[in-house]
Amino acid sequence: MQAESATRSQSGRLTRLLVSGPPFVFLVVFFLVPALIMVLASVRFPGEFGALAPLFGGAPGEDSGLTLENYRFFFGDPIYAQIFLKSFGVAGLTTLICLVMAYPVALLIARSPKKHRDLMVLLCVLPFASNFLVRVYAWMIILGPFDLLFSRFAVIVGMVYVHLPFMILPLYTNLEKHDPTLLDAAQDLGANAWNRFWRVTFPLSLPGIFSGSALVFIPVLGMFAIPEILGGKDDWLVGNLIKESFLGTRDWPFGSMLSLMLTIAVLAIAGAAAWLARRGVARA
Amino acid sequence: MALLEIRNVTRRFADFTAVDDVSLSVKAGEFFTLLGPSGCGKTTLLRMIAGFDLPDAGAIILDGVDLKDTPPERRPIHTVFQSYALFPHMTVAQNIAFPLRMAGKPETEVTAGVKAAIEQVKLTGKDDSYPHELSGGQKQRVALARGLVNRPRLLLLDEPLGALDAKLREQLQIELIRLQQDVGVTFVFVTHAQAEALALSHRIAVMNQGKIEQLDEPDRLYGFPKSRFVADFIGNVNMIDAVVARTGTALGLTLPALGTITAPGREGIAQGAKGVFIIRPEQVAIRAASEPSSDPNQFEGKVNNFLYVGDVTTYIVDLPGGQRIEALLPNSAPGRAKFFEIGDPVRVSWKAEAGAFLDR
Repeated sequence: MQAESATRSQSGRLTRLLVSGPPFVFLVVFFLVPALIMVLASVRFPGEFGALAPLFGGAPGEDSGLTLENYRFFFGDPIYAQIFLKSFGVAGLTTLICLVMAYPVALLIARSPKKHRDLMVLLCVLPFASNFLVRVYAWMIILGPFDLLFSRFAVIVGMVYVHLPFMILPLYTNLEKHDPTLLDAAQDLGANAWNRFWRVTFPLSLPGIFSGSALVFIPVLGMFAIPEILGGKDDWLVGNLIKESFLGTRDWPFGSMLSLMLTIAVLAIAGAAAWLARRGVARA
Repeated sequence: MALLEIRNVTRRFADFTAVDDVSLSVKAGEFFTLLGPSGCGKTTLLRMIAGFDLPDAGAIILDGVDLKDTPPERRPIHTVFQSYALFPHMTVAQNIAFPLRMAGKPETEVTAGVKAAIEQVKLTGKDDSYPHELSGGQKQRVALARGLVNRPRLLLLDEPLGALDAKLREQLQIELIRLQQDVGVTFVFVTHAQAEALALSHRIAVMNQGKIEQLDEPDRLYGFPKSRFVADFIGNVNMIDAVVARTGTALGLTLPALGTITAPGREGIAQGAKGVFIIRPEQVAIRAASEPSSDPNQFEGKVNNFLYVGDVTTYIVDLPGGQRIEALLPNSAPGRAKFFEIGDPVRVSWKAEAGAFLDR
């Protein structure tokens, strides 16, 4: 009896191991290890033609070993903090506009007859069927005649356009699960249309708002193509800096340091949001 | 004046008439029940009273005012939903405060009202719990408190005990009666459970296929059903085809398999009318075939089977001519558990005043 249950728990453990093993290995190899490589790269010297300088025994006159020079440079020049702040501003504004535009769409789909919903969702993701760059260039043609190109405005328009579906989908997934009886109950108990939305639908949709916001905010921070195509020289974001470090100035350590700082900033924001959510703002 | 008046209300969906020319009135302070099988129109009627649906014809009048232009949120009518419909993101106290806040009550009044309501439904200490932390019975109580806290003119209850197990159901039935007496709010209760309706209501409207079959007090409904549907839907009944052989203060009925019996007289019945004779199992006396009975209606038969449920046993007796009848015997004699076995010869009988002839 005891032996049997012991065998069973052993086979259960084996199943768990087999199921969770591959993703675990995948994450270690393709996420954790590269992240550590990046941390290490950020404290090394750049090689002469890109890549990294050797750690030991560099040629005479060549830097080798470890250095905090990149970090000193980053914190020494206010331009980087400004670009980070600007990036967070653009990402925040994009997220907010996406949220305001996506909410009515998601609500409309969620409250449509079931047989129409799949088609409407399909229509929302249909733009993905054409190439990303083509879609962004299309905005040049649209905005060009109005003399709006190469501006912060054009960058935001492009960002919102590209990321809108990432806000609609999680919102729709959340709203679609709401029990319609709750709205009947609210109305029955005296709530008008605004109160039904603000006191029932909206608070219950906070988890959808959080995931949609994460899916927009984080990619926007790293986006370099849209500022490059639609923005002016003044509209560079963190993504452009990182891209330029690797492909332009070929300073890999500096690029690694920048992307590490970005990761830390995003994690800090996500942590703060999760903490706020757990404090009962999103109790659903 | 009646508090709520339903006047010739009809509601059609495509080619299906859910509510068909229904009229009824509910008095202030009453516990009124709409009883019927699923699809009989009782829920449609309830939704129209709440305002979620509008009649195609007829009027719903509350305190003398036609409600047709009043949206649900402005009707002084609250509903306890079958699924409770508690707001999952609000605590018990916030749920109960909701109707008070919507009515724009000052915060001191909200706090006091919530406190009193929580005490009334015996949920003290659960103020800050969320609905998912409560049991089914507790959720039910929150829903009741939320429905009553703003003192509506009318509380609608849509099968509110349907999702609970039998024991808890019985307990909540008793609490529901007490609560209704305490707050004095008029209840309109919808259910398909006839025993629940009998236990709780002052008056019951039995509905079938969109129409009211009979509107009466519980004991009248059970004791004097006016149609086969009501007789069959409420409680158990023996139903035997019958033809009127003799009219007068006592009816003479011819039962094809059994011959002529005597039944209570009825107005407006002609000789030769066809219908059914109904009699409740507890009105059918059963004794050993060897014992005599003084009842005018009596037949000998054999026990075909019996259902023992503890307090009573229902005997199914085969009578001559293939007729079968159920007789109920209380197991109240001390020191005895069983009276008859399958196959025992027995005598069933009933008084001339028992049962009724129904022609519809």
